[in-house]
Amino acid sequence: MESPKEQSSYTVEQLVAVNPFNPEILPDLENYVNEQVTSQTYSLDANLCLLRLYQFEPERMNTHIVARILVKALMAMPAPDFSLCLFLIPERVVTHLLSLSLIRCTGEDSWSCFELCLQQMEEQFKTLIVLSHYLETGRFQQFWDEAAKNPHILEAVPGFEQAIQAYASHLLSLSYQKVPRSVLAEAVNMDGASLDKFIEHQVANSGWIVAKEDGSIVLPQNEFNHPELKKNTGENVSLEHIARIFPILG
Amino acid sequence: MTTTYDFEDTPSNYDDVQRQGGQDAVYDPNFVPDSVKSFVVHMYRHIREKNVYEIHQMCETSFQTLSERLFKDTPWPSVEAIAPYVDNDHVFCLLYREMWFRHLYARLSPTLKQRIDSYDNYCSLFQVVLHGVVNMQLPNQWLWDMVDEFVYQFQSFCQYRAKMKNKTEQEIALLKQNDKAWNVYGVLNFLQALVEKSTIIQILEQEKEGLEQFTATDGYDYSGGSNVLKVLGYFSMVGLLRVHCLLGDYHTGLKWLQPIDITQQGVYISVIGCHIATIYHYGFANLMLRRYVDAVSEFNKILLYIYKTKQYHQKSPQYEQLLKKNEQMYALLAVCLSLCPQTKLVDESVNSQLREKYGEKMMRMQRCDDEEFGIYDELFSYACPKFITPSAPSFEEPLVNYNQDAYRLQLKMFLYEVKQQQLLSGVRTFLKVYSSISLAKLANYMEVDEPTLRTILLTYKHKTHSVGSDGKVISNADIDFYINNDMIYVVESKPAKRYGDFFLRQIAKLEGVMNDMDRIKLE
Repeated sequence: MESPKEQSSYTVEQLVAVNPFNPEILPDLENYVNEQVTSQTYSLDANLCLLRLYQFEPERMNTHIVARILVKALMAMPAPDFSLCLFLIPERVVTHLLSLSLIRCTGEDSWSCFELCLQQMEEQFKTLIVLSHYLETGRFQQFWDEAAKNPHILEAVPGFEQAIQAYASHLLSLSYQKVPRSVLAEAVNMDGASLDKFIEHQVANSGWIVAKEDGSIVLPQNEFNHPELKKNTGENVSLEHIARIFPILG
Repeated sequence: MTTTYDFEDTPSNYDDVQRQGGQDAVYDPNFVPDSVKSFVVHMYRHIREKNVYEIHQMCETSFQTLSERLFKDTPWPSVEAIAPYVDNDHVFCLLYREMWFRHLYARLSPTLKQRIDSYDNYCSLFQVVLHGVVNMQLPNQWLWDMVDEFVYQFQSFCQYRAKMKNKTEQEIALLKQNDKAWNVYGVLNFLQALVEKSTIIQILEQEKEGLEQFTATDGYDYSGGSNVLKVLGYFSMVGLLRVHCLLGDYHTGLKWLQPIDITQQGVYISVIGCHIATIYHYGFANLMLRRYVDAVSEFNKILLYIYKTKQYHQKSPQYEQLLKKNEQMYALLAVCLSLCPQTKLVDESVNSQLREKYGEKMMRMQRCDDEEFGIYDELFSYACPKFITPSAPSFEEPLVNYNQDAYRLQLKMFLYEVKQQQLLSGVRTFLKVYSSISLAKLANYMEVDEPTLRTILLTYKHKTHSVGSDGKVISNADIDFYINNDMIYVVESKPAKRYGDFFLRQIAKLEGVMNDMDRIKLE
């Protein structure tokens, strides 16, 4: 018997697969984003579907939800999901939303209300874009500094820190056979005892080794940091393709 | 025919009234020249007799010849005028109108009313097909033209609608009244409905297990049935890829194309326009997804194919479009190779053409200075699809033209990516020269400090290793490295030649030739 939570996500995924061009599923998709945040799951297809619907009907766009989608996309790095989402958010919409807040913010302190809306809207997207930029260019120190300045955006999404640390570890594994401890510390934003714990965990589960001489980390061997492991994939022909010529050969 | 993809729709030179006929001395919609009479009568007969070859000839040759001779800058006779000659057949009239509007869009400038009427015609036509009551066999070329034109007219409408500034009051009123016409939901839902109702995805799946025949017969039905729904469903997958690219949703676009295996023969190859549209959009989507190697391989294959076969299409009405797409793909190839240099993925003949057209520009793009943005901008703008804003316009604000917004967003995103990759070519130059070098030394040569160099190296790794559709990391780098504490070791990768695919294709081809020869009876 599926738990209610599992049931609803099953239904949403089905909706996206079977009936994606339907404005009526918009509320379901919005709820699903919130669900992804709380249950630490992720669905690119559902989120792109929602962003498309926002593109078709910009008045219904919820910037809060969009910001959450963007944070989840950041957490999916190294996949290019963040860019994929940005491709679908029209600039004109931001301008449009600004004029909407002009209409909504009326009365005595309409100007401060408007300024607040403006700040919140612009800031959310601008900060996320800056954060993405730092991650895309391997500038982890700047990333963590900027993230620290915006706790409200990031603390709202559980698992964010761990996801970025996983991305940092991934990028280091592509590049280094052996990485100095200080470089690792900067990348995952940890030091001292918490860094030790992090490393211990990776040693136990991901094949990391600590070099005794200088405390640097020996990362697990893969085809990217150990060229000799690169498989010659060029000559693999799938069985499916070979099967097509069986009638000829037979 | 979708012969022009000019960014600005050519403005209408004629008054609406003149175009509608009746008052214009030149065009009388009710006058049916004898040649047209003969044309529709024959076409009607061929369709009833399911003579696909003759229908194809009439579409490709006779229609063009008559258009050239009699209807160079006027529409064909109205459907009401020719209906009596074809027993007022409902379906034939829908088909005739489809051609009528296609001709109009190609030679003239459609009015808003005509755009709306064309949409209604497509709706009616697709409804008939979706209800499964059609038992015609139509040439693949025509079926592809229908889907292609449908998407083209949608794109054209979005461009038209986004230019609110100079709209007349009647136009605005008409737009408000007909919000369903060329509505993005309508267009997408029709394409999806064609895919689903035809069950083409299941058919392609079952074909792999030998339970269905589709590709082998080029989609035609030799057991007395109709190919129309199946083939329209098939081409609609390409249509959906195209619409999603226009919206900027490359990931979902590629998902729609997935059932079609572009490394193998398929019905998409049976029509050159479809083949090119498929690969162009596939390549472009992969470029935006940073999967440069995939884009380069496919562009290379299609450009080679066009190089070898374009002489056979010189007389075809699609020739101009073919040439345009060819040029655009060379531009995209130049962009991909500048961002992600590859030594062995491009065929010699394609390479020499590329050098001729873009050799100098590519050299400039690969230098890490600010001048290069201008060239990336130029090539991207020349070669990109005509992006659209799908939402309905606002009628309240001061009326503005926002038809360039979508394009500007995609361009901005693309240049943003180029900017992030700006420093990589500098690194590559050094990596080519050294087999190993200390971080300190390289930092010195590049005039940056060590921490900055580390971030540049990480950027290089990140940008040259893309994530495939299956989530696996693939290296696109022709020059790679790994770092051991403070030393960088350079690795030169050798891309393997794929002989397997080549041999499979040749085996199948030879078998085909031998079968053909067996069928020949010598007198």
